[in-house]
Amino acid sequence: MTSSPTARAVAPVSLRATGATRRRLLVQSVFKSLFGLAALFTILVTVLIVVSLVVPSVEFFREVSLARFFSTEAWAPLFNPPRFGVWSIVSGTAWITVIAMVVAIPLGLGVAMYLSEYAPPRVRSVVKPVLEILAGIPTVVLGFFALFFVNPLLVQRFWPFGTVSTFSGLAAGLVVGVMIVPTVASLAEDAMKAVPRGLREGAYALGSTRREVTTAVVFPAALSGIVASIVLAGSRAIGETTIVLLAAGSRPTLTWNPGDQMQSMASFIGFAGIGDQPTGSIGYLTIFAVGLFLFVITLGLNVLSIRIVRRFREVYE
Amino acid sequence: MTSTTVEGAPARTIDLSSSTSVSRRLADVGFLLFLWLSLALALGTLVVLLTDVFTEGRPRLTWELISNMPSARPARAGIQSAIFGSLWVVGITAAISLPLGIGAAIYLEEFADPERWSNRLIELNVQNLASVPSVVYGILGLAFIARGPLGLGFTVITAALILVLVVLPTVVIASREALRAVPTSLREGSLALGATEWQTVQRQVLPAAIPGIATGSILSTSRALGESAPLLLTGALTFVTFNPGGLDSAYTVLPIQIFRWVSEARLEFRPLAAAASVVLLVVLLGMNATAILVRNRFEKKL
Repeated sequence: MTSSPTARAVAPVSLRATGATRRRLLVQSVFKSLFGLAALFTILVTVLIVVSLVVPSVEFFREVSLARFFSTEAWAPLFNPPRFGVWSIVSGTAWITVIAMVVAIPLGLGVAMYLSEYAPPRVRSVVKPVLEILAGIPTVVLGFFALFFVNPLLVQRFWPFGTVSTFSGLAAGLVVGVMIVPTVASLAEDAMKAVPRGLREGAYALGSTRREVTTAVVFPAALSGIVASIVLAGSRAIGETTIVLLAAGSRPTLTWNPGDQMQSMASFIGFAGIGDQPTGSIGYLTIFAVGLFLFVITLGLNVLSIRIVRRFREVYE
Repeated sequence: MTSTTVEGAPARTIDLSSSTSVSRRLADVGFLLFLWLSLALALGTLVVLLTDVFTEGRPRLTWELISNMPSARPARAGIQSAIFGSLWVVGITAAISLPLGIGAAIYLEEFADPERWSNRLIELNVQNLASVPSVVYGILGLAFIARGPLGLGFTVITAALILVLVVLPTVVIASREALRAVPTSLREGSLALGATEWQTVQRQVLPAAIPGIATGSILSTSRALGESAPLLLTGALTFVTFNPGGLDSAYTVLPIQIFRWVSEARLEFRPLAAAASVVLLVVLLGMNATAILVRNRFEKKL
C-alpha cells in the first residue's frame, strides 16, 4: 500500500479487530439478535394460535362427540337445548365461497389478462391503483353495500330462481366475490408477467393473434400461479366474517336456495363473539372448535397453493 | 425436476388450417370484449359502491357527526369516541407492528442463511400467517390477551395487540420485498470498503429501501384501520360514549361503530352508518394515495 499524506491520519492497517471494529461487531450482533428475535416471534404467534384453538377444542369434543359434530343435526350451540350439527354452517360457508368464486374467477382473470397482455402502459398505471383501492375497502363498508344496495336493488329484483330474503347468502357471496377480485387479478397478473417474452414472440412470429398468444401460450405457461391465486382467494372467501355476518343474516340453514338467510363458520364465530359467552361455557368452547376447523381448512388451502406453485411451475432459463 | 422445460409450456398447438380468418377475428373481438367487460364490472362496482355510500350518507355528513358521541337517539349520534378509539388502537398497532415486522424482514433478508431449515420454516410460517382469517386472530386475542394468561380485558391495548398480529405478516412480506429490490452491488460495494454487515444495512440498504418499506407500512396500517372482524370478539361492540383515557380503557373503533349502525333494526341509523363509512373511506383513500405517491416518487431512483 502506498502511503499518501492523507492516509497517515487514518488508523494503521491491521488484521486484528481494533477497539472500534470490535465495538462495531458488538453493535452488529446486538441488532442481529434483536431482529432474529422479531423473526422468531412469528413462530410464537403460530404456536399461540394452535394452542389457543386446540386446548378449548379438546374440552369441547369431550362434551360433544365428533360423530355428533359432523351429524345432520341442526346448528344451534347457543340455544337451550344446544345442537351441534356443523354441516349447516359448513354448507353456508360453501355457498358463500362458491358464489364468490363464480364472480371472482372470470372477473379477476379477465382483469389480469387485460393488464398483462393488452393494456397500454397509461391505462395500466390508472387501473392498478384503482384495484388497490378496491382491495382496501373495509369489509364493514362492503357489508353495508351488500345489505342495503346489492340485495334489495339487484338480487331481490333480478334473481330468477326462488325467493330472496332480506338477508341472503347470494348478496353476501356476490360482494365477497368483489372483495377478492383484486387478489386474483394481481397474483394472476404477476404469474403471467413472469412468462418470458420469447414464448410470446415465438407465437406471434407463427402468425398468432393477441388472443391466441394470451389463451394458448401465456395462460398455460402461467397456470400454476393462476391456480395458486384462485386457491388463495378462495381461502379468503372462506374466512370472510363481517360481510357475511351483516348481509347473510345469523340463522344457519341447510338449504339449496342461495337466496336464503345463512351463516358461515366465520360469521358464526363473529356472531357468538358479539354475544360475549361466559368463559368455559359450551357456547364459548364452540367458538374455538369452529375456529380450529376454519384454521385447518385455510391452512390446508395455503399449503396446497404453495405446493401447486412449486410442483407445477415452469422453470425458465 | 428438470430445470429447463420450455417445451412443456405451450401445451396446445394453434391449428391455423381449420379456422377461417373470419372466425378467428370474431373470436379475437369477443375475447377483447370479455376482457373489457370484466374490467368495467370490477371498476364499475367500485364506482357504484362509493356513489351509494356517499349519497346515503350525505344528509349526515355534518360537523356534528364528528363532534357528537354515539347515542341511542339517531338524531344526536356521532362518531367522536370511535375516531379517538381508532387513533389510539391503530397508533399503538403501528408503533408495535412496524418495528417488529421490519426487524423480522431485515433479519430474513439480510442476515439469515436462506438455506438453513430454521429460516425456511420462519419464511413458510410468515406466508401461512398471512393467510389465516383475521377472525381467528380474534379468537387468539379472546383466549390469550383479553382473558386467559394476559387477562387484559376488553381494552384499547387488547385491540391493538390483536391488530398487531393481524398485520404483522403483511408488514414482514412488504418490507422483505422492498429490501430484495435493493441491488446486490450496493451491498457488495459497502462490504468491500470494510463496512460491517450491520453498517451496510444501516447506511446503504435501509435508505435505499425506505420508500418501499414506507409504502408497505402505510398500506398495512390502513388495513388495521379498516379491520373489524377480530375486534367483534373482544368487546368492541359495547356502547362507548367516551374517548379512551389510556391503554386499559374501554373502546370502540370506526369500523365497529359502523357495524353497530348497519346491524341496528331502526333504519334511522342507516344514513349514520353511510356517513361514518364516508369518513373512514376518506382517511383510507388518503393513506392509499400517500402510499402510491411515495412509491411512484421514488420508484425510478434506483
